Amino acid sequence: MTESAQVSVDERIKQESFLAKLMKRPELGAIAGAILVCIFFLITADPAMFTLSGVMNFMTPAAQLGILAIGAALLMIGGEFDLSIGSMVAFSGLFFGVCVVTWQLPLVLSIPMTFAFAAAVGAINGNIVIRSGLPSFIVTLAFLFILRGLSLVGLKMATGGSTQLRGVRDQVENDWLAPVFSGEAFGGLFAWLAELGVVETFKNGAPKVPGIPVEILWFIAITLAATYVLLRTPAGNWIFASGGDKVAASNSGVPVNRVKISLFMLTACCAALVAIITVMDAGSTDARRGFQKEFEAIIAAVIGGCLLTGGYGSAIGAFFGSIIFGMVVIGLTYTDFDQDWFQVFLGAMLLIAVLFNNAIRKRVTGER
Amino acid sequence: MEPILKGRNLVKRYGRVTALDHCDFDLMPGEILAVIGDNGAGKSTLIKAVSGAVAPDEGEIWLEGRKVDFHSPIDAREAGIETVYQTLAMSPALSITDNMFMGREIRRKGPLGSVFRMLDRPAMEKFARDKLNELGLMTIQNINQAVETLSGGQRQGVAVARAAAFGSKVIILDEPTAALGVKESRRVLDLIQDVKSRGIPIILISHNMPHVFEVADRIHVHRLGKRLCVIDPKDYTMSDAVAFMTGAKEPPEQDRAA
Repeated sequence: MTESAQVSVDERIKQESFLAKLMKRPELGAIAGAILVCIFFLITADPAMFTLSGVMNFMTPAAQLGILAIGAALLMIGGEFDLSIGSMVAFSGLFFGVCVVTWQLPLVLSIPMTFAFAAAVGAINGNIVIRSGLPSFIVTLAFLFILRGLSLVGLKMATGGSTQLRGVRDQVENDWLAPVFSGEAFGGLFAWLAELGVVETFKNGAPKVPGIPVEILWFIAITLAATYVLLRTPAGNWIFASGGDKVAASNSGVPVNRVKISLFMLTACCAALVAIITVMDAGSTDARRGFQKEFEAIIAAVIGGCLLTGGYGSAIGAFFGSIIFGMVVIGLTYTDFDQDWFQVFLGAMLLIAVLFNNAIRKRVTGER
Repeated sequence: MEPILKGRNLVKRYGRVTALDHCDFDLMPGEILAVIGDNGAGKSTLIKAVSGAVAPDEGEIWLEGRKVDFHSPIDAREAGIETVYQTLAMSPALSITDNMFMGREIRRKGPLGSVFRMLDRPAMEKFARDKLNELGLMTIQNINQAVETLSGGQRQGVAVARAAAFGSKVIILDEPTAALGVKESRRVLDLIQDVKSRGIPIILISHNMPHVFEVADRIHVHRLGKRLCVIDPKDYTMSDAVAFMTGAKEPPEQDRAA
């Protein structure tokens, strides 16, 4: 104990200012960005955006993207990419739809089967990348098309020619597991709050916000779990090490291949979770589901401070990156701007984030 | 005296190239053995064979008189052989502590560690600090500093400290000063002496003759996949050693390896 006391007052190390320490956190950029975007919409948007129902409104797409982005962020920290997660959403959505509608399986079977299926596809992705030594960019780009195409073909086979599979809602309506993956949680609490007048109500007395959409809870839970794993467990160190310097990591005894393949499986499972939630919400599955989500998820992860080269980043950053995304997508509808500015905004955010992260990294490691 | 690490008749072929040609190897307890040789002489294959990175096609390796059969560097590490690689084998974004414990993290006691797999950072930090202190490396004070913020010499220092902390029997240093400047090399050489004084034998692979002649007790000269001779640096000059390893000069009969 005395030793650590000595160490903490050692005069040989320069005291770092709080600001300098803060600057080194990967999530700083995303948090700063989220605040800026918030201020922007506070000024330009209709005040309804920041009421409880407005917040739920933009948090829902943020959460759906965020679940993907957390997986993508972990994979990027581990030094790999997955461009197939968007198509994976459609593909696992198809599998889930077939389980529920065509095979009439209860959710307690359909959901684990969908996860297992997604994990298997993720494992194929990962194994090809690891065994061939090719960049994951190119391998998963191939799967972007393969999985999207399979979703289309599979849907037509399952439905006899349509690219939509309907009837999921009728099948799952009375399933005991449905509330975990669809609808809103804490309905009772919100009804009670509405009675107290804390939550706004419609004229008939029903609360305007019936509860917290489940995807938001999943999103928060996954962010917390990922942060815990990254910062507090050996597995987290292994992920950073695998992405930072693969050879060094395996020399140190880190099972790099296993870490990377597990991350591919995890990312695919995140896509499957989004698929299950959105399919149950919409009551149908569609081959276009998750279109371009892979890019949006990677953008959210990069805004959140993940380096494209791996070995650096954070789940909290991806969390805020996704919220920025949700705010921009939905926020523009509360303003007078044309909604199509959204893409411009997203691209600009990405560019700024990368430039910003780059500058910060140079300062942190710089000086030599 | 029985060698602590002994290789006999080691053969390793890569396709049609014979990298190790019935090569012998001996490391005595408590010594610094330098391994020198021209590029392509097979010295890194030799080192990889004793550190478990490659499995020799033929031949046997004994550690402390017991025959060992390594399939990976992890096997060798578990047997007490630690290797410091030429490329600074660190994970840049992680702290010094996390790097020292990479691949053998300490977890919390009780369910926090076994179920939630939580790292015991305080214990790891204390251990890391103690080890760096022992080796006089405490100019690195903040062990939570990311490794990428350290200089090359400091990183190599951490790598050597890691090897010294966990390598109970043999430490292998592969070109530890190759990427370093003069001052930084000096620190690493001092560190090597420090480790030796703690009784751990060291294998040093290096191209830098002044460094080799400064710290080595014996020099293993490798040529054409074989141990050509083992010389005492006090009996020969650096140019003799270079002449042996390039084949310009025949080694004297009494030093010739069988």
